[in-house]
Amino acid sequence: MQDSSIHAANAALPAHEEHPAYLRHHFNSAEQQADAAGFAMWLFLLTEVMFFGGLFTAYLIYRNWYYPAFVTGSHQLNVVWGATNTVVLIFSSFTMAMGVWCAQTRRRRGLVLCLALTFILGLSFLGIKTIEYREKIEKHHVPGFHYSLQSFLDPKSNPEVYAEYHDKPLEPDMARHTELYFSLYFLMTGMHALHMIIGIGILGFMILRARAGAYTTGHETFVVNFGLYWHFIDIVWIYLFALLYLISRH
Amino acid sequence: MSENTIVSLPDQATARIPKDNYITRENGLLSWLLTSDHKRIAILYLISITFFFFIGGALAGLIRLELLTPQTDLMATDTYNKVFTMHGIIMIFFFLVPSVPATLGNFFIPMMIGAKDLALPKINLLSWYLYMAGGLLALYTMTVGGVDTGWTFTTPLSTHYVNTNVLSTGLAVFIAGFSSILTGLNFIVTIHKMRAPGLTWFRLPLFIWANYAASILMVLGTPVLAIAIVLIALERTLGIGVFDPTKGGDPLLFQHLFWFYSHPAVYIMILPGMGVISEVISNFSRKRVFGYTAVAFSSVAIAVFGFFVWAHHMFIMGISNYAVLVFSLLSMLVAVPSAIKIFNWTLTLYKGSITFETPMLYAFGFLGLFTIGGMTGVFLGSSGTDIHLTETYFIVAHFHFVMVGGMLMAFLSGIHFWWPKMTGRMYPEKISQLAAVVTFIGFILTFFPQFILGMLGMPRRYASYPPEFQILNVFSTAGATILGVGYLLPVLYLIWSLRYGAIAGDNPWQATGLEWQTQSPPLTENFAEIPVMDHEAYDYEWLEKQQKEKGVANAG
Amino acid sequence: MSGHNEQARHIVSPGVYLVILFALLLGTALTVWASYVDLGLWNPVIALAIATTKAVLVVLYFMHVKYSTKLTKLTIIAGIFMFLTLITMTLADYISRAWGSW
Repeated sequence: MQDSSIHAANAALPAHEEHPAYLRHHFNSAEQQADAAGFAMWLFLLTEVMFFGGLFTAYLIYRNWYYPAFVTGSHQLNVVWGATNTVVLIFSSFTMAMGVWCAQTRRRRGLVLCLALTFILGLSFLGIKTIEYREKIEKHHVPGFHYSLQSFLDPKSNPEVYAEYHDKPLEPDMARHTELYFSLYFLMTGMHALHMIIGIGILGFMILRARAGAYTTGHETFVVNFGLYWHFIDIVWIYLFALLYLISRH
Repeated sequence: MSENTIVSLPDQATARIPKDNYITRENGLLSWLLTSDHKRIAILYLISITFFFFIGGALAGLIRLELLTPQTDLMATDTYNKVFTMHGIIMIFFFLVPSVPATLGNFFIPMMIGAKDLALPKINLLSWYLYMAGGLLALYTMTVGGVDTGWTFTTPLSTHYVNTNVLSTGLAVFIAGFSSILTGLNFIVTIHKMRAPGLTWFRLPLFIWANYAASILMVLGTPVLAIAIVLIALERTLGIGVFDPTKGGDPLLFQHLFWFYSHPAVYIMILPGMGVISEVISNFSRKRVFGYTAVAFSSVAIAVFGFFVWAHHMFIMGISNYAVLVFSLLSMLVAVPSAIKIFNWTLTLYKGSITFETPMLYAFGFLGLFTIGGMTGVFLGSSGTDIHLTETYFIVAHFHFVMVGGMLMAFLSGIHFWWPKMTGRMYPEKISQLAAVVTFIGFILTFFPQFILGMLGMPRRYASYPPEFQILNVFSTAGATILGVGYLLPVLYLIWSLRYGAIAGDNPWQATGLEWQTQSPPLTENFAEIPVMDHEAYDYEWLEKQQKEKGVANAG
Repeated sequence: MSGHNEQARHIVSPGVYLVILFALLLGTALTVWASYVDLGLWNPVIALAIATTKAVLVVLYFMHVKYSTKLTKLTIIAGIFMFLTLITMTLADYISRAWGSW
């Protein structure tokens, strides 16, 4: 241990012919590079967890304070669309995981197929979200100038929802707090949708690269790490669905 | 004064800056602007943060000028609000947060662990561009009217009552936040995954431990600031209601989210400085840091506990009494690891061979001033006293003691310590020592009166004050002038040294770190061969043996 | 270093993924059903418990954490811990406000 000098470890440096094109020079080995990239991705996901954390904090506080408003507000969300979207995302996580498997086992066509399916499922999610958002706009449930309290002061004015839940009319004060519920709804699902859009964009890029065989020749780091991002978005939605849609439907 | 110094320079008649180094390897502006070399990025940061520091300093000068007289006579009250707001924003987000990590950290973390670069060099460059984008946006905002909410953006003032540029300043801070996150992320990955063979965690220099702890804070804390800013922006533009009492929202929610980041932020700012102090005190006492393990664990403890105390910034804001109690108690705890470090540094000095080169002068300044600042922090953490002292100049004095007396001194200590390694040149010793002393004197004259002012009841963020406070304010402004000189001098002589300074050689301070075992300035790839670590940190016996074997104290 | 540049990692089989897929779909059905039943205070608890179980399955198997290093697991736990700290300590303030002044 008390050796007299720092000595060179030439063995640590790869011979130039042996190192693959994608190995960056500051890394000793492809394994170190892949390791570092994966760890970096996880750290990035931690920042995302904390970013959404602020929104979840706000949500939990106001749900605690204005529970009746949140219940009535959540009845305005269509649980069928919400559950469908949850199923869509779960399947997309499955196809993404299968894509990683294809990349790892060097199945180029399989990878392209899986990425394409993930892409389509992602778009379907956004499509359903658009349908839901449009419905909210039509019913004047978007916070802002055109927000309407009518569905909450007089639930009978919304026949399909009333038939299912028989909501009692809210006091005017509490009815006003439904706007806060919808603010959080749009904030949280909107932030989630933004992350989906970015993910779908990257998926498009990945499909093109995958077709060219970029990820099925031993360097699947990008696919694996993107998969981590995609699964994370799925997890966020799992919680959003439970918290926003399923507050109380009995 | 006798020449009691450990500086060991090569023979100036024959010494030359090594022809091949990271500065000369490539030429041209683009080779700097598109570099992935962590050392070049560090220099880019050094130049830019110095620029922002002087802008923040100019704003401070304006504040002190206004406060020479009790009346609001130099500028309108609204303008004064803008001046202190921008002073805070620029100093915190564009100077203090990136100061040591983005300059010295970027430059030396890979070298200290025997790596060729950080794990993600292009992300590192992106960090700098994000920093510049945020900084330039903040500057631009100043020219179109600035913002006057205080750097704390407290709601509902910032969301409902001011018509100044909250959005663009918020965006600037948001962007700078991402710069910080990426830097921290890069450091964590690098330190975990790219240490040289034999370099176990407990052989790492304490500078690495300190930056590692700060990086954890950057990664976990900054995103919460980001979402807080997003919410302010949406509240201002769309009126979503999260902070609006008329819609059922709570303005205090913003403060919870804001301070959840901003308290750890102060540890982001100070920890890297503490890392510098560990290195400097060890080197200029020729002694290993006392209680290495304790200092290492304290760094991490500061980071962890730092996340549990944020509401001590909110004692009078309307949080529950129970929250006040809990956060006050936790704040007492968070002071302990910092105190442990001060004890350990002091014990490092004990029976060491102390010399007083410039980095060590700054380190001594740090020890005294940070201790005072830290202790006054405990007074503020105690909720009973905080009720009287909060929102007064006591707070202003407290945070300037820790941030300026502490962190800025540590930064200057580090810059002086590592200047020879970064540039291959030594700066003139006498004038640098003078500047350090001038800074110290100027600092005390500027900020000590502010403790008294605070206890007497002068509120912060006010352009005018009762006339009986004037004399102390005059002292403070006089001190600020001296302080300004103290900060200007290093810029001048450091730039001078680039051309005319003595050639430093590999290891002018006879230091033990890996970074000192290579040429000054270093090669682009840092090491010709990857070193293998087989000794503990701060092993001065190892160094002595090395030097005997080499036959010369340093290579020219 | 040899020319074998593949990362040493466990390749999770499609069979495992299929099982997890079904578990997640089952969990979704379960949580929707449970929200229609009046379980009083237990409703949110069950909803979050099911959501967390689903999340854990995704993390362990889809994200390969079950086969990952201790560092990865520690990183995730640190993140979750910080997330929970933010939520619980902030909520503690809000809830304890209702308790009045001592």
